Amino acid sequence: MTALAFVETDEGFVRKSSLEAVSYAKETAGDVAAIVFGEAKDVELIGKAGASKVLHVTDERLAQPNIMAYSSVIAEAMNQEQATLLVLAKSSLGDPVSARVSIKVDAALVSNVSGLPSGDTVKRSIYTGKAFANTVLKAEKKIISIKKNAVIVKENGESPEIVEFSPAIADSDFTVKILKVEKQEGNVLLPEADVVVSGGRGLKGPENWGMIEDLAKVLGAATGCIKPVSDMDWRPHHEHVGQTGIKVSPSLYIAIGISGAIQHLAGINSSKYILAINKDPEAPLFKAADFGVVGDAFNVVPKLTDALKKVQN
Amino acid sequence: MKILVCITHVPDTTSRISFTDGNTKFDKSGVQFIIGPYDDYALARAVELKEQSGGSITVLNVGEAETEPTIRKALAIGADDAIRINAFPEDALFVAKQIASVAEGAEYDLILMGRESIDFNGGQVHSMVGELLGLPSVSPVMTLDIEGNTAKISREIEGGKEHIALSLPFIAGCQEPIAEWKIPNMRGIMSARTKPLEVREPTSDVSKTQVSDFELPPAKGDVKLIDPENIGELVNLLKNEAKVI
Repeated sequence: MTALAFVETDEGFVRKSSLEAVSYAKETAGDVAAIVFGEAKDVELIGKAGASKVLHVTDERLAQPNIMAYSSVIAEAMNQEQATLLVLAKSSLGDPVSARVSIKVDAALVSNVSGLPSGDTVKRSIYTGKAFANTVLKAEKKIISIKKNAVIVKENGESPEIVEFSPAIADSDFTVKILKVEKQEGNVLLPEADVVVSGGRGLKGPENWGMIEDLAKVLGAATGCIKPVSDMDWRPHHEHVGQTGIKVSPSLYIAIGISGAIQHLAGINSSKYILAINKDPEAPLFKAADFGVVGDAFNVVPKLTDALKKVQN
Repeated sequence: MKILVCITHVPDTTSRISFTDGNTKFDKSGVQFIIGPYDDYALARAVELKEQSGGSITVLNVGEAETEPTIRKALAIGADDAIRINAFPEDALFVAKQIASVAEGAEYDLILMGRESIDFNGGQVHSMVGELLGLPSVSPVMTLDIEGNTAKISREIEGGKEHIALSLPFIAGCQEPIAEWKIPNMRGIMSARTKPLEVREPTSDVSKTQVSDFELPPAKGDVKLIDPENIGELVNLLKNEAKVI
């Protein structure tokens, strides 16, 4: 069986979540072709993760993400490669693309998948991480959209064959115009991060986020926050982790000055490990955490940052 | 402007989730059902757009009779009429097919819904509807402004926002801060009782996925507390026991 993996890039660098998709496809299907759009600086990593072939789309019009055109191209690639499985990582691009491709190729689609399949059944996260549904994909063609950490990225694959891929695309796929992209450069993206450092109201104000950023920097982590913090404009909305924000599944989630409302826990409960730092020993977050420090964040966090720096040197 | 708002009927965000019948059915006992929070944003924005430029709002739900109180609440918030497709929402494709079938030929200028339902969190329906109708779909939409036949949208992406322009009609999956949730007033509640709610049978029975059973996450062990004066121990645990740094 052949699988196609959709690989996303940021400034030309392959996303780690996409490498997870390639390795997931490899573990599931055996033979993997990956498809990547525009500049791709580190194609070797796609091979190492398990793809024997990389379809490289160089059409200038697709250098920037375009949901409808990408969907057409990916559906075409599935047909060309006779792929019966498409694997991609959950993202703001992957989500709409997977749904459109599922209609185009008549596939069964399951998203938020948290582990490798067993036969035609996958385990997906539901009720915002409060439960799982074992779900059967009932069609010959299947699309699986995975959560972060659904699989470990392989690093033992061969150098991939790179093939240009430029199918014809209808003009009707170009009716949505992207006028401008506002993006904080250089920061670790929240859904991609292995470690997330989040702050809550215990930090008292946006001016105190420096210590969150310092800790995140030492750990190569992304920064997050709770809903009230983004509602008060202390932090941008795209950092809001929780029921109605981003759901994360990092290896380590560090919650600082966060009491742990059920809506916030819903966004973090598929983290592998949770560390809570809070001066209130009764904070509900301690019940969800693996490690906890009962203490003042203003004292504990700088000490933790220093200790981590020492370990890394 | 003619707007279709699709809503889900889902457990309140604070609900405890449990299952019955050998983990094959959601346990509804003691659970309060609400309009999906993201759908509520879509509805609120639709009401604002109608206030600005007139038109009508139809609210659509795919669900069995038990969802009608939720639909009535949407009517109380400001929708003019409602359609309920009388079927259990089997999966995203099943729901998308019903919505597409309602929209076909009805000439809606806008089809709004939440970015995802908070029960199954798939976030697939808006894009599937777009593909079925041959229309653009945009999600998650944070702001939506319409002038004439053109919409300006900002869409959340990883680490930032995309600013988009497109022509009507299209589908949008909404999220905050597109509008403030609206609380129905007494007049709205009274008038909702007599607003038309049409029940239609499903037009397609296609679904491509099926839940075999549900699982709850394994119970969490006790938290390991570390003395704030002994941060070295914490670093050691993260590095050598959890192996996450």
